[in-house]
Amino acid sequence: MGLTHQSCGSGVNREIFQRGMVPGAAYVIALAGNPNTGKSTLFNALTGLNQHTGNWPGKTVLRAEGKFIFQGRVYNLIDLPGTYSLLAHSAEEQVARDYLCFGKPDATIVVVDATCLERNLNLVLQVLEITAKVVVCVNLMDEAKRKNIEINIESLSAELGVPVVAATAREGAGLAALQQAVAGIADGTVKTSPYIVKYDEAIEHCIRKLEPKLKELVGEQFNSRWLALRLLDGDETVIRSLKKWLAEGTRVRAAAGGEILA
Amino acid sequence: MQSDRGIFSAEHIISLCDLPVGKSAVINSIQAEGMTRRRMMDLGLVPGTRVEALRISPAGDPKAYKIRGTVIAFRREEGSKILVNLKED
Repeated sequence: MGLTHQSCGSGVNREIFQRGMVPGAAYVIALAGNPNTGKSTLFNALTGLNQHTGNWPGKTVLRAEGKFIFQGRVYNLIDLPGTYSLLAHSAEEQVARDYLCFGKPDATIVVVDATCLERNLNLVLQVLEITAKVVVCVNLMDEAKRKNIEINIESLSAELGVPVVAATAREGAGLAALQQAVAGIADGTVKTSPYIVKYDEAIEHCIRKLEPKLKELVGEQFNSRWLALRLLDGDETVIRSLKKWLAEGTRVRAAAGGEILA
Repeated sequence: MQSDRGIFSAEHIISLCDLPVGKSAVINSIQAEGMTRRRMMDLGLVPGTRVEALRISPAGDPKAYKIRGTVIAFRREEGSKILVNLKED
């Protein structure tokens, strides 16, 4: 398989944030997680043979997209590049971050490695900062068991404020429960109350000042707290991404140029 | 100097890149700034984290460290910006 015009040409740019390539697809589900947590194994287990792969524009990182049907509804699953963080050090992280913020999937599965949970929770908290529609999938439970690691799924779920499902994707264990949890989040029957990181009072103060202005600009479509944090970070990549998205929604175009970049 | 750790033990601060293979230490602070600092923290390098020097490449650089269950390699360039508390015995 090589890089073809179709896989890395300009067409891909347009494709990225289109919500689902399958006509009439009910829900779009993003799959995020650290590298090597078995995301792709989970992806294959969920989608079976119904998958195809694609490249994120100009990068060697593979993106996979597939679908599964659960209780008569079609779910379009987007396998995002594996990242440790969403704070955009690399192109993969930026792709994953932009998808979660601007692509607005109906639910996001964050796959974490049961054998080194601590390391993985950093990404979980970062995702929860962007979106509340999250299901955490604790994968590699078989390996954890072998290493005598026990994980209290219920209390993890209570702490994080989102559904947590244990799975061993390799053996197909836990997949039904995962699908059930995803369905609940996607159709809105399950409400979450995600754990949100609180910052120093000085930062929170700035967020409170910035948020209303951001809300004026972007309305409720993007997460204004998260955008405020990135602006405070001086993260230029997010400003570029935001500009691009605002430019496409003409209503707020002029305001974006004036307010955010001032 | 006598401390509760005994007469012959002392704790001193060295750069992570100077940590001998097989020894472990606890992160004291990260001197890097900006994106590098963020990157290191995303990888789990926060003050208080135990780090073990596992292996050294044939050329002497980079070195592999075990950090929170994962092996991560750093070049001297990066390792020198991470300060650790080494307990001598």
